[in-house]
Amino acid sequence: MSGHKMLFSGLKLWRPGRGRWMSRLHDGEAPNPNATSCCNPKVCIVGSGPAGFYTAQQLIKARPDVQVDIYERLPVPFGLVRFGVAPDHPEVKNVINTFTQTARQSRCSFYGNVDVGTDVSVEELRQAYHAVVLSYGAEGNRTMGVPGEDLAGVHAAKDFVGWYNGLPSCRQIRPDLSCETAVILGQGNVALDVARVLLSPLDFLKKTDITQPALEALAESQVRRVLIVGRRGPTQVACTIKEVREMVKLPNTRPEMMAADFEGVAEALKDLPRPRKRLTELMLKTALEVPGVEEQQRRDGASLSWGFRFFRSPVEILADPERSRTAGIRLAVTRLEGSGEGARAVLTGELEDVTCGLIISSIGYKSLPIHPSLPFDSRKAIVPNNMGRVQRAAGLYCSGWLKTGPTGVIATTMNNSFDTARSLVEDMESGTLDVSAAKPGSQSVGALLEKRGVKPVTFPEWEKIDGVETRRGEAVGKPREKLLTVEEMLQVARSYHC
Amino acid sequence: MAFVTALRRLAHGSLRGYPRRTATVTSFSWLTGQRGFTGGTQSLRSDNKVTVNFINRDGEKITVKGSPGDSLLDIVINEDLDFDGFGACEGTLACSTCHLIFTEEVYKSLGPVTDEEMDMLDLAYGLTDTSRLGCQICLTKSLEGIVAKVPESVADIRQSQDGSS
Repeated sequence: MSGHKMLFSGLKLWRPGRGRWMSRLHDGEAPNPNATSCCNPKVCIVGSGPAGFYTAQQLIKARPDVQVDIYERLPVPFGLVRFGVAPDHPEVKNVINTFTQTARQSRCSFYGNVDVGTDVSVEELRQAYHAVVLSYGAEGNRTMGVPGEDLAGVHAAKDFVGWYNGLPSCRQIRPDLSCETAVILGQGNVALDVARVLLSPLDFLKKTDITQPALEALAESQVRRVLIVGRRGPTQVACTIKEVREMVKLPNTRPEMMAADFEGVAEALKDLPRPRKRLTELMLKTALEVPGVEEQQRRDGASLSWGFRFFRSPVEILADPERSRTAGIRLAVTRLEGSGEGARAVLTGELEDVTCGLIISSIGYKSLPIHPSLPFDSRKAIVPNNMGRVQRAAGLYCSGWLKTGPTGVIATTMNNSFDTARSLVEDMESGTLDVSAAKPGSQSVGALLEKRGVKPVTFPEWEKIDGVETRRGEAVGKPREKLLTVEEMLQVARSYHC
Repeated sequence: MAFVTALRRLAHGSLRGYPRRTATVTSFSWLTGQRGFTGGTQSLRSDNKVTVNFINRDGEKITVKGSPGDSLLDIVINEDLDFDGFGACEGTLACSTCHLIFTEEVYKSLGPVTDEEMDMLDLAYGLTDTSRLGCQICLTKSLEGIVAKVPESVADIRQSQDGSS
């Protein structure tokens, strides 16, 4: 026990009265003398993406007695950090290092290959643990709701991204890249990621962790032009400047935009806050400025083009009559009512058809309910909660996109998860969450899983998969060559070789 | 473990767009008692050090020393300063969580800001005209005694917009 005393000195603890994290010397005992916790509080987290790991991290830090178990459906952890972040943004994936450290803590356990809902129910978890945190994110997507959406050649961005990032369930997507024009609906950063992957030089992509099948498909791609279409105007785009700058600088591409889309934008600049102003300036410059000689030569020599199209809303996907796949998209022309973030797109009655063979709808991910008995707001597609405490469900919490909706980057999710952890610890300390009676935790859940023939993948077993992927990647000059099926992942996890 | 991880990443070469070496970011360095990897200037003499003051989110002043060439993020890591969520991307200009605020005077002395830094800074919560990203500020003797305030929260502006990589 004395070893613990040394390790936990200087621990920061949540003190509800003060309202902030406070430094406090700690000697390894439970912080609240009123709570007669004779046992270790056990918390279960569903989902091992950033939300799950950041919540776990804060819980372990805040309470030296808490045991955190993270359950994940796939054999591999990290969620969208692995399957969502673009292959050419490896720095964003650095958070995996801190998650790995968390997973290796003695009071944290990772159980991959466990499908909560199918292999074990949330109710069973709530019985086994003092608290359950739902952080399984958003595996669905918003649909356009237009005729022809189910035609071949139309994909949700979530699926396209899942495909090039090796999400096992997206392996069969195999998009047809034999057309000249691709249209992306939506102007957020996911839309720009898709555009960039479609137009990046192959030499570039082959040094990333993009999957081998995606690389091969892109090598054969005949896509030469990508349009990124939005319902509103240039000052309403949801993407951010870094991603736009990457498009502007993309080798062998030239920007092609409509000057008319930018009417009045230059005049509006002065009233914009700095971040929006810089982004709008960059778009204006790219769209309207007459380039210098060198830049003009570069553009003339480029074989690929990209551009934003504004004030266009999809009304129908047009079919190729002979091939039952998409041949184009019918867009309604809009105009803005109001200005700024709250401006609304209103139909003008005009229509415009664009010929294209690939349509990616990038209009938002969407969370799905895990069980009909649990609270779920279908309108917002989130679990109704108050600072992470699920409404009308004691001992149930949520963090990440499931809590706030599917927007924001990893740092946003980090904050959101810290917040949920704070609420949970607060509840433990105040007695709202009763941690006085011992709970069986992973012992009982493990027994249930064994009875049901489910064998969890441990973190060291994930590290075997990690090792195989990294070594295979090294052989071909990539950071990793991802395993593409659950079967292969499990095979490596269970293997006796390293 | 933190040391080995840092070495392994260094061995794999620099990250895209970020030529400096990075030290391991860990909120668990306090737990393991290990220091972050300091591959930068090794100062064997104490007079080579530069004093930096951080004001944390509780308003407390924390005074530490770093070596010339260390970034402010390096110092936070090396000195095990426990700012929640600080330096998530480990100094690679892929987030805004090492956001620091300075006085007007100190800000001017820090030198020009690259477009790349500005692009990420634009997303920082509580952005001010004297804000910088700590991973891009390298210590020199002339920065002796500067004060850097850690702003309230680490939320990115992108929380209200489309998610992405």
